[in-house]
Amino acid sequence: MDGGVGYVDVDALKATELRLGLPGSDEPSEKPPPPTTTTTTTTAARPSKRSLDEDRAARREPSEGGRATSTRATKAQVVGWPPIRSYRKNSFQAMKTEAEVAGLYVKVSMDGAPYLRKIDLEVYKGYKELREALKDMFKCFEGCKGSEYAITYEDKDGDLMLVGDVPWEMFTSSCKKLRIIRGAEAIRGLGSSQ
Amino acid sequence: MTYFPEEVVEHIFDFLSSHRDRNIVSTVCKAWYRVERLSRRSVFVGNCYAVRPGRVMARFPGTKCLSVKGKPHFADFNLVPHDWGGFALPWIEAAARGCPGLEELRLKRMVVSDESLELLARSFPNFKALVLVSCEGFSTDGLAAIATHCRGLRELDLQENEVEDHGRQWLSCFPDSCTSLESLNFACLKGEVNAGALERLVARCVNLRSLKLNRAISVESLARILVRTPHLVELGTGSFTVEHRAEAYQRLIHAFRKCKSLKSLSGFWDVAPRCLQSIYSICPNLTVLNLSYAPAIQGADLVKLIRHCFKLQKLWVLDCIGDKGLAVVASTCKELQELRVFPSDIYGTGTAAVTEEGLVAISSGCSKLNSLLYFCHQMTNAALITVAKNCPHFTRFRLCILDPGKPDPDTNQPLDEGFGAIVRSCNDLRRLSLSGLLTDTVFLYIGEYAARLEMLSIAFAGDSDKGMVYVLNGCKNLRKLEIRDSPFGDAALLENVGKYETMRSLWMSSCDVTLGGCKALAAKMPRLNVEVINDRVESDEMEENPSDMHKVEKMYVYRTLAGARNDAPEFVDIL
Repeated sequence: MDGGVGYVDVDALKATELRLGLPGSDEPSEKPPPPTTTTTTTTAARPSKRSLDEDRAARREPSEGGRATSTRATKAQVVGWPPIRSYRKNSFQAMKTEAEVAGLYVKVSMDGAPYLRKIDLEVYKGYKELREALKDMFKCFEGCKGSEYAITYEDKDGDLMLVGDVPWEMFTSSCKKLRIIRGAEAIRGLGSSQ
Repeated sequence: MTYFPEEVVEHIFDFLSSHRDRNIVSTVCKAWYRVERLSRRSVFVGNCYAVRPGRVMARFPGTKCLSVKGKPHFADFNLVPHDWGGFALPWIEAAARGCPGLEELRLKRMVVSDESLELLARSFPNFKALVLVSCEGFSTDGLAAIATHCRGLRELDLQENEVEDHGRQWLSCFPDSCTSLESLNFACLKGEVNAGALERLVARCVNLRSLKLNRAISVESLARILVRTPHLVELGTGSFTVEHRAEAYQRLIHAFRKCKSLKSLSGFWDVAPRCLQSIYSICPNLTVLNLSYAPAIQGADLVKLIRHCFKLQKLWVLDCIGDKGLAVVASTCKELQELRVFPSDIYGTGTAAVTEEGLVAISSGCSKLNSLLYFCHQMTNAALITVAKNCPHFTRFRLCILDPGKPDPDTNQPLDEGFGAIVRSCNDLRRLSLSGLLTDTVFLYIGEYAARLEMLSIAFAGDSDKGMVYVLNGCKNLRKLEIRDSPFGDAALLENVGKYETMRSLWMSSCDVTLGGCKALAAKMPRLNVEVINDRVESDEMEENPSDMHKVEKMYVYRTLAGARNDAPEFVDIL
């Protein structure tokens, strides 16, 4: 059944469509408008829960920057696209989940603070961000003994190292826990590292 | 023909290695049919439902190597429901009854149960090689049966199967007397294996040339294994997770240096970029390199590695190699014949990893390229035309532009001309996969020029029935046609029904074919099985008698001598 040149009123179709699924679990509300240049066929007598013409209409459109989000959402629903073997897809999914879930949580202790904190090193892009985050985290304990402090960490070999000497990636892969040293000890340490 | 004694005819047939040639000579006369069938040692069944297993064994009682394929190709992308079919058991049972001398079994996209593996293990005293590709339905228990009972096993090759993990003891089931293994590939297994048993096994199998480990194998274990297998030609590493300052890493480098025969590398699941240096010494000898499961390696590190690989013939990488990385491949790997570039970020916003530039660079540097699988974010007609000119030797050309229906970004035109150039220039093209915005015109070109085309994959392409008809009428060597989400309907389906008996199969999903059309096809062509595969949920809510106007979600048509299969699940209707 061929329609003429024109477009299908997607929203009207959607309203009358029979579909299975939990209420509210619907396709994304942002839908790109159907194209006006390609022919589409009408969905005659088709009790299908998935409106393929909608999908097709959405896909036919040349993707533009502004529609990136909606195209991406529609893309994610297209079964079996891109054509990658499930084995490969599953391997990547597993790897990604591992990376996301694991995080790189290390304890942070500060001299004089009654309790420790934990941070995820993977969240930070570099030393600057890390320092700021730590400062923020422990600012309630500052003030009494002045603001001289040094951030150190314990590495894989158990040695106490000054944060900042090695490249960031090397640091995150070898850091086991962080320790903020304050007061005289810190000043002494910093001085000798010059 | 009657001049030669049968032994002479048989001897002449020995020189015919291709199945097709042997099939043809068997049709010359009864005498040749008989000689051929008794002397056939290697049988290939491209569609397990095209013929009954018993019939195959009866015709070829001397079968030593049997190769069977099950589900249609689109099953790889979850388009075929889980219990559709493709069971290996009937084939193994028939072989056990009719060809007990069987030595090799190769199965692809089939459902293989532990029961069938156990039967296999016990039924063939001379069994030497088992190759399972993209199969499912078995566990490590089935593997244990193979290891235990197949004395003299030479090859156990498990490629990308879904295997249930029931423990690590299967490997330990290889008896101490087993020394015959030449090839062992268990890369797809998720579970752990007994490392000690593995090390002892590889040590006593002195002819072992191919070993592909799974991700659970540590670097420490790998180093120990390599020390015992210095003659390895193909290696799939384990996880490759190691600190570059660790002693294990040093031992690994040392072990690699001893492996002077290594030509093929794969694995590298979790490798840290720095640890790639350990294989620099092997790279100059490599002909095959598969880094497609190593997303942690970015472009720059890949490039450093590839600069050492000037003998490379086959390269599989992720698109994080980037266009610049591909340019390095082009300038370094002059012997390259096959390239596969997989997407690393499937649903991402698409920071353009590789584009048409990378492909053009490859084509201008690697003139021997004949096989391509390329996932990219965009492609232009100009680029494809250049590629077609640079590489006229393509036999397999599969291009996947990640955004369905995307036009040429420079001109906003469909990619008809680009693909047209490919089919015009590459006279030996046997396999083609299309993507991007395409009109009926591309199919006109394909029908006209792709004379040797055997397999065509179409997705989100075409404007009307004419497109499909061009292909069916034009490509005289077409064997497999698979189409999804394209506006081809009953008129196209029924235009040239005789064509389907010259092909292995036709798959159409999310197209405009109706139930009435399928019924008409089935009625006209009794030697085709026309399967209508309904979405599970749909078949639950569907009325008793769906109208003929109802569009068919998935249709699979194939020629067959076996009639309608009796193992179809309830959501499959065979018309």
